[in-house]
Amino acid sequence: MLAKRIIPCLDVMAGRVVKGVSFVELRDAGDPVEIAHGYDTQGADELIFLDITASSDNRGILFRMIEKVAEQVFIPLTVGGGVRQVADVRDLLNAGADKVSINTSAVLNPQLVADAAGRYGSQCIVVAIDAKQTSTGHWEVFTHGGRNATGLDVVAWAMRMEELGAGEILLTSMDRDGSKIGFDLQLTRAVVDAVEIPLIASGGAGNLQHLVDGIKQGGADAVLAASIFHFGEYTLTQAKQYMAKQGIEVRL
Amino acid sequence: MADIAVIDYGMGNLRSVQQSLRKVAPTASIILTSDPQEVARAGRVIFPGQGAMPDCMREMDERGLRSAVLDAAKNKPFLGICIGLQMLFEHSTEGNITGLGILRGQVVRFASHLLDQQGDKLKIPHMGWNQVHRVAKHPLWQGIAQDARFYFVHSYYVIPQDAAIVQANTDYPTPFVCAVARDNLFAVQFHPEKSQDVGLTLLKNFVDWKP
Repeated sequence: MLAKRIIPCLDVMAGRVVKGVSFVELRDAGDPVEIAHGYDTQGADELIFLDITASSDNRGILFRMIEKVAEQVFIPLTVGGGVRQVADVRDLLNAGADKVSINTSAVLNPQLVADAAGRYGSQCIVVAIDAKQTSTGHWEVFTHGGRNATGLDVVAWAMRMEELGAGEILLTSMDRDGSKIGFDLQLTRAVVDAVEIPLIASGGAGNLQHLVDGIKQGGADAVLAASIFHFGEYTLTQAKQYMAKQGIEVRL
Repeated sequence: MADIAVIDYGMGNLRSVQQSLRKVAPTASIILTSDPQEVARAGRVIFPGQGAMPDCMREMDERGLRSAVLDAAKNKPFLGICIGLQMLFEHSTEGNITGLGILRGQVVRFASHLLDQQGDKLKIPHMGWNQVHRVAKHPLWQGIAQDARFYFVHSYYVIPQDAAIVQANTDYPTPFVCAVARDNLFAVQFHPEKSQDVGLTLLKNFVDWKP
């Protein structure tokens, strides 16, 4: 049976892994290559790198970093941050990414998702959605690292992205990001029920039960976590053993 | 002359394939190439592929690689990966396109709106780590456990006409063929280059294979 995936997420800034709370208050978490190699051997199912500065002067640093990571890591790598055109997708894939995540640019130019999926295939196009709750059962899409409101409804937006060729949705609850109180399960379930493509739940994982809840209650295909792994609270193996005990199919 | 040629027709994550080969065969010469002559001269050939099969077929033909691929698939150790498996068959419903026809059979899409064993919606693409259940013996499986998990990402799968070429199946939700072999040819739907230890083992077995 297909395993549910655990995906450590590495936010990178100027070549270092950092971690924030609600998208601010960044702490240094270490060297990307070392961290990625560690997760690869400990049983992570995939890795996601998000370039959270994403300014043009950092692109060179990012490409060199991905190349180094790709030399040592033999699981799928997703890279996102600052992807603005199809050529950016190409460059990231050439540097060693297996999938590219598109967030702000998908809102500014939805055709980019269609063009990138048309050229490189849906399997390598992840659309990242940063969601903030506006009222019970309603969430709005935010861009630019959570700074700009768009007026777009998250569920409708996810469906539109699927239609344009996204192969996967990375759904982050801004309200929960870094809070360690668990994923927004209502949000996760609302999007899972609306699309046929796989969904990665993100934002709020603080313990192993949260990972289980994201899959069992939220219906996610994969769960993303950063702090609980970066700062050594849990290992990937502990997380997987816990999930397996709760009846979730995992790769051990 | 290269030991291993990875065929480059602009449609795959070739860097991952190359890195994995370097890891398992550090002393081998490995090239990414779109030159039919280089493919013809290489000791063994890897035929990868990602994206849509019609685009892959077109890009391959635009580079004049068709006869080099056909020739390699007949005459030397040859490993197809993902779309590189699908393209070996006669026909795909993806864009209603004719394949290379080296193997008899069809490529079709997973049906929409299916449920998995637990009653959850079956996602397309089939993405993630799934179990590979072997139904035949082959040197490329050496050192790999029965039902080991490999990484998959695809929306289409092959239905070979000749049951004798089937090497392994995967359930999604019912069994589909995820590996085939015939003579010097081996081809898989999953991505060994992204399947950590088990994938590297399979690539190492391919590098050592003497069909």
